[in-house]
Amino acid sequence: MDYFLELFSSGMVRGSIYALIALGYTMVYGIIQLINFAHGEIYMIGAFVALIVSGVLTIYGFSGVSILILAAVIAMIYAAAYGYTLEKIAYRPLRNAPRLSPLISAIGMSLFLQNYVLLAQTPDFLRFPELIPEFEFMEPIAHVMGSAELIILVTSAITMIGLTLLIKFTRVGKAMRATQQDMTMARLVGVNVDQVISMTFIIGSVLAAIGGVLVASYIGQINFYIGFMAGVKAFTAAVLGGIGNIPGAALGGIVLGLAESFAAGYVSSAYEDVFAFGVLVFILILRPSGLLGKAVKQKV
Amino acid sequence: MVGYFKQSFLVSLWFVFLTFPLMVVKVNTLKNVVEWRWMNMVYVAVGAFVLSFVWRWALERRQRKTKEAEFSDDVLAKPTVGQRLLEDPKVFKPVLIVIALATLGFPWLVDIYQVNIMVLALIFVVLGLGLNISVGLAGLLDLGYVAFFAVGAYTYGIMNSFWGFGFWISLPVGGLMGCLFGVVLGFPILRLRGDYLAIVTLGFGSIAKIVIENWEELFNGAKGIAGIPRPGLFGLEMNIEAATTYTYYLMILMVLFTIFVTNRLKDSRIGRAWMALREDEIACVAMGVDMARTKLSAYALGAFWAGLVGVIFAARNTYINPNSFTFMESALVLSIVVLGGMGSIVGVIIAALVLILMPEYLRAFSEYRMLMFGAVMVLMMIFRPEGLISNVRKKYGGRKSPTEAAHG
Amino acid sequence: MVDTMNKLLEVKGLTMDFGGLRAVDNVSLDVYAGEIVALIGPNGAGKTTFFNCVTGIYKPTHGDVMVHPPGKKSQRINGFKPNRVTTFGMARTFQNIRLFKNMTVLENIMIGRHCRTSTSILGAILRGAGSRRQEQETVDRSYQLLEKVGLVDEADEFAKNLPYGAQRRLEIARAMATDPFLLLLDEPAAGMNPQETKDLDELIVRIRDDENISILLIEHDMKLVMNISERIYVMEYGKEIAQGNPQEIRSNPKVIEAYLGEEADA
Ligand SMILES: Nc1ncnc2c1ncn2[C@@H]1O[C@H](COP(=O)(O)OP(=O)(O)OP(=O)(O)O)[C@@H](O)[C@H]1O
Ligand SMILES: [Mg+2]
Repeated sequence: MDYFLELFSSGMVRGSIYALIALGYTMVYGIIQLINFAHGEIYMIGAFVALIVSGVLTIYGFSGVSILILAAVIAMIYAAAYGYTLEKIAYRPLRNAPRLSPLISAIGMSLFLQNYVLLAQTPDFLRFPELIPEFEFMEPIAHVMGSAELIILVTSAITMIGLTLLIKFTRVGKAMRATQQDMTMARLVGVNVDQVISMTFIIGSVLAAIGGVLVASYIGQINFYIGFMAGVKAFTAAVLGGIGNIPGAALGGIVLGLAESFAAGYVSSAYEDVFAFGVLVFILILRPSGLLGKAVKQKV
Repeated sequence: MVGYFKQSFLVSLWFVFLTFPLMVVKVNTLKNVVEWRWMNMVYVAVGAFVLSFVWRWALERRQRKTKEAEFSDDVLAKPTVGQRLLEDPKVFKPVLIVIALATLGFPWLVDIYQVNIMVLALIFVVLGLGLNISVGLAGLLDLGYVAFFAVGAYTYGIMNSFWGFGFWISLPVGGLMGCLFGVVLGFPILRLRGDYLAIVTLGFGSIAKIVIENWEELFNGAKGIAGIPRPGLFGLEMNIEAATTYTYYLMILMVLFTIFVTNRLKDSRIGRAWMALREDEIACVAMGVDMARTKLSAYALGAFWAGLVGVIFAARNTYINPNSFTFMESALVLSIVVLGGMGSIVGVIIAALVLILMPEYLRAFSEYRMLMFGAVMVLMMIFRPEGLISNVRKKYGGRKSPTEAAHG
Repeated sequence: MVDTMNKLLEVKGLTMDFGGLRAVDNVSLDVYAGEIVALIGPNGAGKTTFFNCVTGIYKPTHGDVMVHPPGKKSQRINGFKPNRVTTFGMARTFQNIRLFKNMTVLENIMIGRHCRTSTSILGAILRGAGSRRQEQETVDRSYQLLEKVGLVDEADEFAKNLPYGAQRRLEIARAMATDPFLLLLDEPAAGMNPQETKDLDELIVRIRDDENISILLIEHDMKLVMNISERIYVMEYGKEIAQGNPQEIRSNPKVIEAYLGEEADA
């Protein structure tokens, strides 16, 4: 039973991270129908910035929670800046190009950013400091769920609720929904579509950075390549939930995380990644609209 | 002009900010020291300043071009200088002869190491031409192309290590296995939309690698398969040098064969259907083209070439392991196709040679090669989506009146 | 001219739903051999959706689409893939032109010949006598069609470089290349100037007379519709509200009401 609970909690943790990254994919896809292949790289850069900031702060004598908060905030700012710049350079000039062009550009950007971090920093794994404190009240159930896991679950939940509120009630959120429904129409009624797209990239990137910081301090080490796998899995989660659908991304993330965790725990951990890809392939073949998405017929 | 300077200055400032933590700061978490690399900041500042000018100029040029195309009365497509030169027999005949001589003489002019690298480059030429069939001609973005390459390589590795089959039997079998995998994997996914197809093929590519890594009995796992024989010639004993030279000529024939086949297909009923599918799927099926069949044929044929040269790759290296078949290789082949020009044979050949040989010879580049491939993909899509050499369409016959056609 | 004995297309009770929206509601329509039939109606009436159902792009929710190809067995074609419908002998054009932009004008037409030719991959590689002959026939037939629509001089031009009116004619020629017995044209005159429309008018009649191809067209240009069609069907909000010859349609109160405020040049 404990083993089951342990798998369950680690599945939830994974799942909520996938969900955080998946939201970025889904929001961008919903608005410009682009698989932002470089989104995983933004997550990786977020983790790297957090590592660098916390390293510097540790050396200069800061400690504990203040490091965590500063590192996370700066990582979010940088991720947002990268996301914004990425869109401006690699996608905006291709707004009216054939569909595959921005995708190829995105793949190129992903390679570029990966190798940029590799060259600017290091190809090796770096140890990420343990920033999340141990809570005493978690002691009794520490064998199934530690403090770090709790923090990850709570943070993800708060973030997702925040995002939902943002989209439901703010001006930006309304503009985003309008643009998602019909870009031309939104432009006609005075929505600044370019700005909305930039905002979407910024919000998605901030979420990815939160995910990056959480994962890095949970797993304890990062390198330039972590964004690739995380990106593919998060994309799987987004498709699983129904791409373009925000609650779908959250659900897809959790489902994928749990499924992966149980598969790794009860079947075989060597094929863990195969499992995720398998889910992706099957979903796309059998139900491309995902769990919560609606099937739409292309207008001719 | 002042406006431009100010803008570039701001861009430069922005990039200094953007790259600051990653380029300037380096933390050693073990020794607890920070390394501040201030010079990098200067490089970024200057680089971004200059590049922002280039960028703006290139974007403006692009805009001018599309405007011109829209407003010109002259609807005739203007071939570029390069194309016109290539079409002029006075120019291309001697060029062709020089290229042919250089190709034949190459192994005698350089040492064995260079020949071996050239063989690798030629392998990538064939891979590029093969992927060009599915991506360039049929518009099916395949991000797991390397899986078929692995199928070919492991077909030879396994056939040889288990049953002792030689190169020449394995070669066609490798190609057919690639093709078979193409059909089996392609069948369920080809009705997916373009971008989903890309992601699913990425999934296939990654699954292939993981399976190879973990299936010890068949693939020997991460250790790989060693001691694969080089191509044989009627049981002739050859030293390494002779064998390498022989492999080189074999690859040249292979490239010629690929060019021949692709070229014939390109301007045929089949090739036209591929292109039409790329241009507009719905219109294409509405004109009576069977989509599943057409897509499958392009996908499987692309896989066939990968399988074929996979065998040669295994024979060249005499050793294969899963690390030769990562997403990076798929991305590399894709950037060859993108740089060369989707659908253009000459372009793909040049791009493959440039992208493979440049990092080998300019050592300074080799560190930056993946960075460069990434940048190439982005820049090509934005500024020259048709590739270095755009695909020239065949002109069929002259003008014929119906009566004339009926008689002749 | 119209062969009332010989029905080519017979649509009965066709219905198409998109989620909650009923875009086509119980529409029946026939086309006889040698006829030019028009399908009209205000924007959003469901005309294009009707075409899409008939040509296999969508699978209709209810109803029957029967074809009776001359000299061949009748067939119910609901749910057939578009390429099978075209191979059967019904070809179409699109409201928002869908040419193969980066292929030449001639190649666009040659694609139309795809379903009437048979060269395989191996045949294309070996280029034997048979495939060469077939290729030449394809080229010749395509030139003939270009001649008919007046685009021979642009044969080697990229389709995207043609002016708008020429693109519409090219789409018609491409559809004709599939050897159809029925041509479905979706707003062929949209975006054309009066002179081009007049030429189109003649072209359509010529296609019917010379090539013996029947025509079903969607069109907003009432002058063109009234000029050339033998019978007219009118749709509004997915429903069929009237049918008859131009005379009857012109004086039908329901039609007048549907079009109130719209083009009065009918
Ligand atoms: N793929 C689709 N998904 C959802 N709704 C659709 C789809 N295609 C068409 N519709 C809806 O069906 C209705 C009929 O559209 P249709 O294009 O058939 O009209 P139409 O008569 O051709 O109009 P027009 O004269 O403007 O071309 C419209 O309300 C349209 O929004
Ligand atoms: Mg319409």
